Amino acid sequence: MAVEMLSYIERKSPIHQLAGVTKLLCFIIWSTAAMLTYDTRILLFLFVLSIVIFITSKIKIKEISFILIFILVFLFLNNIAIYMFSPQEGVKIYGTSYILFEIAGRYNVTVEQIFYQINITLKYFTVTPVALLFIVTTHPSEFAASLNKIGVSYRISYAVALALRYIPDVQRDFRNIALAQQARGVDLSSKEKLSKRIKNAASIMIPLILSSLDKIETISNAMELRGFGKNKERTWYSARPFQSRDYITLVIFVLLLIFALVITFHDGNRFYNPFK
Amino acid sequence: MFKKQLSIKNIVAIGIGAAVFIILAKFVSLPSPVPNTSIQTSYAFLALMAVVFGPIAGALIGLIGHALNDAISYGSVWWSWVVVSLFVGFIIGLVAKRINIESGVFNKSKLITFNVVQIIAQAIGWFLIAPVLDILVYAEPANKVFVQGLFAGVSNMVTVGVIGSILLFAYSKTRTQSNSLHREL
Repeated sequence: MAVEMLSYIERKSPIHQLAGVTKLLCFIIWSTAAMLTYDTRILLFLFVLSIVIFITSKIKIKEISFILIFILVFLFLNNIAIYMFSPQEGVKIYGTSYILFEIAGRYNVTVEQIFYQINITLKYFTVTPVALLFIVTTHPSEFAASLNKIGVSYRISYAVALALRYIPDVQRDFRNIALAQQARGVDLSSKEKLSKRIKNAASIMIPLILSSLDKIETISNAMELRGFGKNKERTWYSARPFQSRDYITLVIFVLLLIFALVITFHDGNRFYNPFK
Repeated sequence: MFKKQLSIKNIVAIGIGAAVFIILAKFVSLPSPVPNTSIQTSYAFLALMAVVFGPIAGALIGLIGHALNDAISYGSVWWSWVVVSLFVGFIIGLVAKRINIESGVFNKSKLITFNVVQIIAQAIGWFLIAPVLDILVYAEPANKVFVQGLFAGVSNMVTVGVIGSILLFAYSKTRTQSNSLHREL
């Protein structure tokens, strides 16, 4: 039952030293840029840059390899699915059709389709390293403080902090309940009939939910006693003040976004077309 | 004014609810008869929380739970589907007052209300919002995303319909009914 999750990795690196807000804003800027553009040149440039950033962070590939393998498998399946459903998507987008070879019916292999699917894959490759870095280099409580700083109400930021804080607790509760129920012969695997399986799932979920509702009661009473939500603002223990490196990083990222958008949209099309 | 903001109880419910949503999404998925697919039980829980704590809590549990789960288990957030979780949580939460689960009564007419609303909410969410956003943001082929949405939608509707109803019924049993006291003769 040991499912691995991404979590904060302590390290001394330039990336770790940036304030949480800076990292959050950079992550948002980066995702926006990668989401909007389909320009292969920009994507390649961003991809190379993201690798450079990743190396600076001193995080080892080994530490996140379990996720990387998962993402690669997902991308592979996604590519197959795209081809199965729409083998002519590339032709439709780029307007030309250089056929490499035919398979059957509408299934042929065109240069455009290959190029289109490379672009989709590249898009994921561009976002993934930065997203992973953001998660493993930002401390959870600093993340909540950053959310508040960029304008999310502190109540909602606090809810996010609570969620991150209680994931391990709920996981432990879940494990205890699941083991206790399994000892009583409750089976969730495909050996059981589907209707029985659903009933069995409910017999694990109900104790988990009721104990969580009790937890909600206790925590909200404790917060009420400490006067949570009395003032309009709230300070955060783990918020970090801005330093010059934060300003520099932010300026660079904003320039990158503008640069990427200008190059992408100057000819009025999200796609870079090498076939014309 | 102050009362209109999120109450402390709702804030905590959002936080803990998101944590439970993540754990259920990661661990309690049942193998289904269709190969390579599983039945996600987390949406049944989302429906329960939306009915108990209302639309804002439902929407935020969907948003935070789904986004954090994507982030910690896949490394990137699939925003077009996160929006659907937010939407489904919100719409189901709109009938919280009508169902009034705290009264301890969950009868046939409430069961029907709940299921009609959850099916409408999920139909709009999975059959319309998710595929359209996938096409707009990720430029994926239209027929692929519609098939994906159709499959996710139908399986989630069945899960929420069956497990969600069981959960709501079990939860209502733990509430004391207003007329539960009677004079001993």
